[in-house]
Amino acid sequence: MINLIWAFLFLIGVVYAAFNGTMPEVNKEIFESAKEGVTLCLGLIFIMVFWLGIMKIAEESGLLDRLSKVVKPFLKRLYPEVPGDHPAMGYIVTNFIANLFGLGNAATPAGIKAMEELKELNGGKDEASRSMITLLAMNTAGLTLIPTTVIAIRMKYGSASPTDIVGTTLIATICSTTAAILFDRYYYWRRSRKNTK
Amino acid sequence: MFVEGGKEGFDIAISIIPYLVGMLVSIGVFRASGAMDACIHFVQPLLTYLGIPPEIVPQAIVRPISGNGALGLMIDTIKTHGADSFLGRLASTIQGASDTTFYIITVYFGAVGIRKIGDSLKVGLLADLVGAIAAIVVCTIMFK
Repeated sequence: MINLIWAFLFLIGVVYAAFNGTMPEVNKEIFESAKEGVTLCLGLIFIMVFWLGIMKIAEESGLLDRLSKVVKPFLKRLYPEVPGDHPAMGYIVTNFIANLFGLGNAATPAGIKAMEELKELNGGKDEASRSMITLLAMNTAGLTLIPTTVIAIRMKYGSASPTDIVGTTLIATICSTTAAILFDRYYYWRRSRKNTK
Repeated sequence: MFVEGGKEGFDIAISIIPYLVGMLVSIGVFRASGAMDACIHFVQPLLTYLGIPPEIVPQAIVRPISGNGALGLMIDTIKTHGADSFLGRLASTIQGASDTTFYIITVYFGAVGIRKIGDSLKVGLLADLVGAIAAIVVCTIMFK
C-alpha cells in the first residue's frame, strides 16, 4: 500500500513536469535521489554494524538492565500483546531509551530487531500487528529529551541561547507522543469492533 | 559476539535499499517537478487564516516526509530570520517535535518484509500534525 503512494507521487510529479517544462529537473532528481538512497543505506550499514555491536556490550554490562527496569512497566502497558520476557520487549525498551537520548541511529537497529521479533510473535505474516503499529507510532512521535542536532545547528548559526528551544520541543514532543498513543488506541478499538461484527 | 551483531546489521541494511530508493526517487520527482510547491501554495491561504505562519508550512509538511529535507528548510528559516527570532525558534521546535514518518515506516517495515501497514501511516501522520500544532501553540505563547 505504501508503494502505491510512492508510485502515485512519482506519476503526479512526472505529469506535472511534462506540463510545466520541469522535465530536466526531474531527470536530474531521479539520479540524485537514487544515489542518495544507496548512500543512505551504505551509511546505515556502518551505523547498524556499529550500534548492534555496542548494544551487545551494553547489554552484557548491565547498564541497559538498570535503565530498562525504570521504563519497562510503562512499556509493558503500552504493548499488552508482548510477553514481558520475550526478546521483542527487550528491543522495544532499547529502542525507546535510544530515542529518549536523541540517538536516532542507535534506535533504528533496535527498532528493526524489535519488528523482527514482533513479526515472529505474529506468526510471520506480512501485515502489521497491533504492537508493530504502536512501535511505529512511538518512533515517529519521537519522544526526545535532548534534540542534539537542532541545538548544534543553532549554535552554528550564532544563537545567543541555543538551548532555549529545549523546553518548547519537550512540550511539543510529549504532545505528539501522547497523541500517537491515543490515536493508536483509537484505531485499535475501531479495528476490534470491525472484527467482532 | 560483536561480529555476529554486525553481520545482521549488514544484511538488514542491504534489504532496505530498494524501498528507500523507491521512496526517495518518488519524493524527489514530486518535489523537483514543482508539484509539491504547487500543492503547498494551494493550501497556504487557509493556513494563514488559521494563524499559522506561512514561512514554516513547507517545513511542517516536509517533516514527516524527509528529515533531511525538513532540516534543510529549518536551516533556511534560521539563515533568513535569525536563530533567535520567533520563526527561528518555531522552526527548531517543529524539527524536534516529531520524526520522519515515511522514512521510519519504510525502514522498519521494509527490513522485515511487512507489506500491509495497517493504520500506522494514519497514526504517524496524525501524531506529526499534533506535534506541529503543539509547536506553533507553545512557541506563540512563550516567544511572542
